[in-house]
Amino acid sequence: MKHKVTRAAGTGFTHLVLGGYTLLALFPILLVIINSVKSKDGIFDSPLSLPTAETWSLVGFEKVLAKSPFIHFFGNSLTVTLVSLVLILVLGAMAAWALSEYKFRGSKLLAIYMAFGIMVPIRLGTVSILELVVKLELTNTLTALILVYVAQGLPLAIMILGEFIQQVPKELKEAARCDGVGEFKIFFQIILPLIRPAVATVAVFTMVPIWNDLWFPLILAPGEETQTVTLGVQQFIGQYVTDWNAVLASLSLAVLPVLVMYVFASRQLIRGITAGAVK
Amino acid sequence: MKRAFPWHIAVFLAPAFLIYTAFSALPLLDTLRLGFFTTHDSGHQTFVGLANYIKLLTDPDWSAGFWNAMNNNIKFFLIVMFVQNPIALLLAALLSMHGVRGAKGYQTLIFLPTLLSVVIIGFIWQLILSPLWGVSEKLMGFVGLADYFQPWLGDESSALITLSLISVWQFVGVPMMLIYASLIAIPDEIIEAARIEGASSWHIFWTIRLPLILPTLGLVTILTFVGNFNAFDLIYAVKGAIAGPNYSTDLLGTFFYRTFFGYQSQIGSPTMGAAVATTMFLIILSGVGVYFYFIQRKLQRFAF
Repeated sequence: MKHKVTRAAGTGFTHLVLGGYTLLALFPILLVIINSVKSKDGIFDSPLSLPTAETWSLVGFEKVLAKSPFIHFFGNSLTVTLVSLVLILVLGAMAAWALSEYKFRGSKLLAIYMAFGIMVPIRLGTVSILELVVKLELTNTLTALILVYVAQGLPLAIMILGEFIQQVPKELKEAARCDGVGEFKIFFQIILPLIRPAVATVAVFTMVPIWNDLWFPLILAPGEETQTVTLGVQQFIGQYVTDWNAVLASLSLAVLPVLVMYVFASRQLIRGITAGAVK
Repeated sequence: MKRAFPWHIAVFLAPAFLIYTAFSALPLLDTLRLGFFTTHDSGHQTFVGLANYIKLLTDPDWSAGFWNAMNNNIKFFLIVMFVQNPIALLLAALLSMHGVRGAKGYQTLIFLPTLLSVVIIGFIWQLILSPLWGVSEKLMGFVGLADYFQPWLGDESSALITLSLISVWQFVGVPMMLIYASLIAIPDEIIEAARIEGASSWHIFWTIRLPLILPTLGLVTILTFVGNFNAFDLIYAVKGAIAGPNYSTDLLGTFFYRTFFGYQSQIGSPTMGAAVATTMFLIILSGVGVYFYFIQRKLQRFAF
């Protein structure tokens, strides 16, 4: 009997801590979204209540969309993230395959060289990256951002994909080779489809830092034409800092796409982290 | 007979190798080189040996700013390390207990803020802590603490701590997930055996589970270290490049940015910037080195 009571108390404590922390994690985000659809009076008089018929207002969103090319920023972010992602995954898988499948002189050394970028932040090379981008006349282009993000994402992608490629049974490849199938066909038609789950995991990992980055858009592509959402919101808020409706609306606009993506990908992401961490 | 050159290997490797080399490896090497040069007004650069580093560490115009950023960065790291990771450990330990209902849901929701941009998170907290809006004051009022509210982000003595705690709030999900994964990977038999011997859950946690997840705690430490000594976005979003008030929130990342691009009356210098970046590189490299050295020792000890 006594045992049961302590057990119930323990479960209660567990849910209190976990629930409490979950609330703390969500509260700031929800607060911003709730207040972004209120009038100015609503925001200041009753910040903690849901919008009512009286305080409901979309004026913030109207202002943001009128005063800043938000949709355009969104398109830039989407282009940069998706193109970088595809390149990282395809080129990373190709390199991972070459490094784990073929043993040639210097292959170990090459693998270490490529892995170096996992621990050393690419930001530290910014001075020379900017110089290079200027020399190539790529300042204020999305191409510059894409090239840098691909270089940044490749090392981790190669390492994780390499681990999965090594688990592909030898017999599959040997059988294909016996049938005279070429190396490129083996990779693109046998290996790549087999490691799809790993590719999806790496995709989510790589996508988030690229979408959220401020540093490289600020330095390599600060022009209005090429601003990403993160930089665009940063600049917009700097300009309209006193317009609370607009600020809250722009923050909500930046948060919502990520929330929508998370609804669809959270399962994959959580499973990926849990599986990857144990290795 | 000499074998034909393996063209397929080259084709598989070349694109990744070239992009990585051109936009990551070579720029990093070139930055190390540039740190030994100085930029003249005419724009051309000459070799000056260690002069930039001596200037950075001893010239009062530079060293005050550098050591300030360095000290702040160490504080930032220590606060994040000793607040974020114990909370993560607690949450992970609770999540990994048998039969906790809704564990997946808690995980998913607590992890959510890590996916948002640091810039957005910085602005959101700036609004919440703003005395103009008064949300924090109101919330503290519910528990009778309204009088203790301060504009923490604007105060020199508390701005850095507040920013570190914002960072903790955002990223606690990452160590939580890593620790959780290693906790559930511990075989049930070990825990069962201890339980049959009569060990309490508390005892089992401290003497069996915690030692078994030490490698993960090591990984969490080094990830925190690299992330924090490279931090920039949060400070820049909330406080701008000047990292106010009075540089009290300046980190190496913002110091590097100002040195490279200049601010107010000071003109930016790529070579001085390279010297700062190289210093950051050495700090991060030594952290990573210490980590691998200890992990290596650990592995050897387990082998015996």
